[in-house]
Amino acid sequence: MNDVSDVALRLAIVFVVFLVAPLLVGQTEHKVMAHMQGRLGPMYAGGFHGWAQLVADGVKFAQKEDVVPAAADRRVFQLAPAVALLPYLLVLVVIPVGPGDGAVGQAVDAGIFFVLAVMGIGVLGSLMAGWASANKFSLLGGLRTAAQLLSYELPMLLTAASVAMAAGTVSLTGILDAFAWWWLPWQIVGALVFFVAGLAELQRPPFDMPVADSEIIFGAYTEYTGLRFALFLLAEYAGIVVLCALTTVLFLGGWHGPFGADGLGWLWTVLKTALLAFVVIWLRVSYPRLREDQLQKLAWTTLVPLALAQIALTGIVKVAIN
Amino acid sequence: MPPIPGSGLAKGLAVTLRTMTRKTVTAQYPDAQPELPPRSRGVIGLFEENCTVCMLCARECPDWCIYIDSHKETSPPAAPGGRERSRNVLDRFAIDFSLCMYCGICIEVCPFDALFWSPEFEYAETDIHELTHERDKLREWMWTVPEPPALDPGAEEPKEIAAARKAADKLAAQRAQEQREQQERNQADEKGGTP
Repeated sequence: MNDVSDVALRLAIVFVVFLVAPLLVGQTEHKVMAHMQGRLGPMYAGGFHGWAQLVADGVKFAQKEDVVPAAADRRVFQLAPAVALLPYLLVLVVIPVGPGDGAVGQAVDAGIFFVLAVMGIGVLGSLMAGWASANKFSLLGGLRTAAQLLSYELPMLLTAASVAMAAGTVSLTGILDAFAWWWLPWQIVGALVFFVAGLAELQRPPFDMPVADSEIIFGAYTEYTGLRFALFLLAEYAGIVVLCALTTVLFLGGWHGPFGADGLGWLWTVLKTALLAFVVIWLRVSYPRLREDQLQKLAWTTLVPLALAQIALTGIVKVAIN
Repeated sequence: MPPIPGSGLAKGLAVTLRTMTRKTVTAQYPDAQPELPPRSRGVIGLFEENCTVCMLCARECPDWCIYIDSHKETSPPAAPGGRERSRNVLDRFAIDFSLCMYCGICIEVCPFDALFWSPEFEYAETDIHELTHERDKLREWMWTVPEPPALDPGAEEPKEIAAARKAADKLAAQRAQEQREQQERNQADEKGGTP
């Protein structure tokens, strides 16, 4: 009985975080982006500086008609938003926020494998949406998504493998236990490659070629309306949360920090994740969109060699200290 | 020296971060009134006490958006045996602001200073016909006409003041002249009165 309630409590907390954190990131994006462009952003919804803007948006989305195009593959079309969103919920379950077994939804031994495999499924949602919409722009967007996934999954896996090598384990909690401060300079290249590749996999600007609204309308999401469209948007922001949390855990030492082991570990994780989320928004505001060929070139000629170099460095240092 | 790779990317990030720390430029209009520049062309006010129904404004208007109706009234002679005087009385003065292009020619040509620019701009209507504003409304807008902005330092004196000063100077000089003549006459009288 105790076990059941314990599991239920953990899942409930993860679920609440999964629903709230993306909205926080979204609201931060509204405000940070506005101020970076000399604007104020939402000011009315909720009264105080537009804090309830995303709630208002959600209500609006819920009121909209749920349209399925006549020529669409109905079932796949309707299933796609769930496929895009749910993997991030699953990833969030295994991310440790503090030291010990108490601060993780469910510790998985093959943590890195699980996380990267499940995150790959999220992109499948966009592919399904692009194929099932019976729309040329959606198909273009879906194929671009596929191309992007293929080229950026590789550097992401390689850098994650580098961390696993350094720690000697693929468990996320194990990696955090093995972490020491000098991993930061040691794995810095890997961290950058992982973060950039993760951004590209989330199709965030400047890697938002597949959803380039000024070129192919909104890519795979062109035909979506109402709540299903909102779910895709939520998936993007949940993706940001997951990517930032993962980068924190793998490269920035997660809960490590002053008083990290004495109960303030979760605060460090949240702080680092929030900082990275800010960087994600910052990059979106600062850089123009990459062209499709530039996108591929960056992955194959820059990120993959860098990731391989990082693995070599990790291997050499690992052998040297043993 | 070639630029450091990535320095352009860093510059871009610096620009957005710097902008974030600065004050925003958003005008919160319905909550805060905009600060309009002097001589703003919001709406045209009519100072109907000055209007003589000369029709110059209506004739010069490029859009023909000024409507003026009037009738003649005769007033009895001021002195018995004199001629009856007739004058124009304004019946209707309306400006159709759906046609007006805010060129201000009517204000420029008015010889009696009966038309003025007002900075008032919140007179949107849901029906285009309601944009034709009659004399009472135009007269009300006269109260919103600001004082003319002060002259630039070193600017030429306004013509009215120059003319008034000229007249005043002339009068003063005349007075002084008369006084001097009076004194001279008095002195001459004193000399002549002491034999």
